[in-house]
Amino acid sequence: MFEIDGLTKTYNRSRQQVHALRNISLKIDAGSFVTVTGPSGSGKTTLLLSLGGLIHPSAGVVKHGDMNLYDLSASRLAEFRNRTIGFVLQTFNLVPYLTAVENVMLPMLPQRRNGTDPKPRAIELLDQLGLADRRDFLPRELSVGQQQRVAIARALGNEPEVILADEPTGNLDPALAAEILDVLGDLNKSQGKTVVMVTHSPQAAARAGTVLKLTDGMLVS
Amino acid sequence: MAFTFRTIVLREIIQRKGRMVSGLLAITLGIAVIVAIQSVTSVSRQVVAKKLDLLGANIMVLPQGANVDDYYSADIDAPTFPEEYVERIATSMLPGVDNMSPKLSRRIKINGSSVILTGILPANELASKPIWQASGLMSVELQAACAPSQNKETSLTENDLKAQRKAVDSLGSNEVWVGNLVAERLNLKTGSSLPIEGRTFQVTHVLPETGTIDDNRMFVHLHTAQQLLGIGGQISNIEIMGCCSEISDGLLGKLRNILPDTRITTIGHIVNTQIETNTLMAKVALVLLVIIILVGSFSIGNYMWANVEERRKEIGTLITIGWGRKHIYWLFFTKSIILGLAGGILGYLVGTISAVLLGPYLAGLDISPVLTYLWWSLLVAMLISLLGSWYPIYRAARIDPAIIMQEV
Repeated sequence: MFEIDGLTKTYNRSRQQVHALRNISLKIDAGSFVTVTGPSGSGKTTLLLSLGGLIHPSAGVVKHGDMNLYDLSASRLAEFRNRTIGFVLQTFNLVPYLTAVENVMLPMLPQRRNGTDPKPRAIELLDQLGLADRRDFLPRELSVGQQQRVAIARALGNEPEVILADEPTGNLDPALAAEILDVLGDLNKSQGKTVVMVTHSPQAAARAGTVLKLTDGMLVS
Repeated sequence: MAFTFRTIVLREIIQRKGRMVSGLLAITLGIAVIVAIQSVTSVSRQVVAKKLDLLGANIMVLPQGANVDDYYSADIDAPTFPEEYVERIATSMLPGVDNMSPKLSRRIKINGSSVILTGILPANELASKPIWQASGLMSVELQAACAPSQNKETSLTENDLKAQRKAVDSLGSNEVWVGNLVAERLNLKTGSSLPIEGRTFQVTHVLPETGTIDDNRMFVHLHTAQQLLGIGGQISNIEIMGCCSEISDGLLGKLRNILPDTRITTIGHIVNTQIETNTLMAKVALVLLVIIILVGSFSIGNYMWANVEERRKEIGTLITIGWGRKHIYWLFFTKSIILGLAGGILGYLVGTISAVLLGPYLAGLDISPVLTYLWWSLLVAMLISLLGSWYPIYRAARIDPAIIMQEV
């Protein structure tokens, strides 16, 4: 599914070069559950963003199938993200003035060319994630666990092949974290979604079939 | 209601209406000021234009080779030209000819006194003398003229003030209006009989003193004057009330083409006054409009900038989940347009109501709502809103989602 070859990302910060990723090469198979671990600043999120077409590498290629992501135009890359990737973020990033169901519909809006109503699909996703009675709640009216489940529903809106999760349990207590990991595990097992998850948590990492460890921008295992 | 980009915009505006008020207020107040000023100046422009009209005709058609002094001296051999020229001008339908007044003047003796007999066509007479209108003698509706162009080459001098004439709406074939001086010298009053060139006329009006040569005139119907003087079908001059831009656009040249054997000239001080007044009013309105557009755009830009900054995380998230730049543009431009429309409508209402309510008290003017200003308000409000918003929106569409995630 993903093939990364010689991926390097360098930032200029305060006139100094920071190497976020150094010559990373790896393959991620379709349907796999991969966690990326490592200390803060090791390049985990940069790797995740690179897979999501959100950060142009300084060198190397990121391929999805036969397609080099960074050869695509900005609009095609956005379309790729919209159709292929579902993002789950540590702080959920729900739009505060929209209800749960409206937040879930957000990724479906750019694809509404045929005029289909995205609402039934959004409701179905919220129902599957146990939020049937919370559809019309604003994010501030939901618990953090419910907010993260809304974020997962949003990530699934366009039935993506891949879920990219950045510290999805980072803001949750252990019980809620386990709940969210169960949801992600289920998506991987029962729906065959490829899940790539950045995490600090050993418990979360233990759920994955493959664990990648980064240190100082380099893949160490 | 279907969930669309517009839903998001409206929801954001409603949920954060407190913050939106400052942006909307900037547009609303800007438009309100424009509409109120425009409403007042539109009415005052008409008032000023009418007052300018009172200065008299601004174009004079004279026989070729004649000058205004020939006309005023009205000597027995003063040159004339055919009355048919009036028809030529009328049938040419030249834009900018607001009114015409053909005249025939000759100096005659009555009881040993030298007076000027002037034949006029009543219905065509120009509005001219404020003092006569104040006497209730002017019943022709004044037309508001505007600034004619300046033609220094052919402009007359300030002394030509005497060229101005008054307006009357009816004058019988045996009626005569007499100037103040004539009435004094010949001991005439309203109702007196007056023999002129062997024919008896009744004095229907004694004109108030003007301090000009008009005090020494007697006015009779043009065709009566032609019969009395034995110069049928001839006139001494045509006074024309020409309008503003058409004079600049070559009205004088067009008149010269129609009447090649005449001398056509403007009356300098009237033209100058009209130009200066109208130019000043137009400049003031333009300066205000520019200031308001700049201040309004800056205010709305400030609000949109703050709005984009406040929503960086949200925008980054939307880009992350696959929204393209066009969607971000759509989201914020829709908001900008909604603000523009709302500001335009509110501004029009506030401005119009203020002008209608305050106009009579503050400016002594009766002001009516002008619906056309609503469309202009919407246009200017949209301009202000889009002008102020474009850069914040441009920035919004280029927010780096990776930076947003790193801000977490």
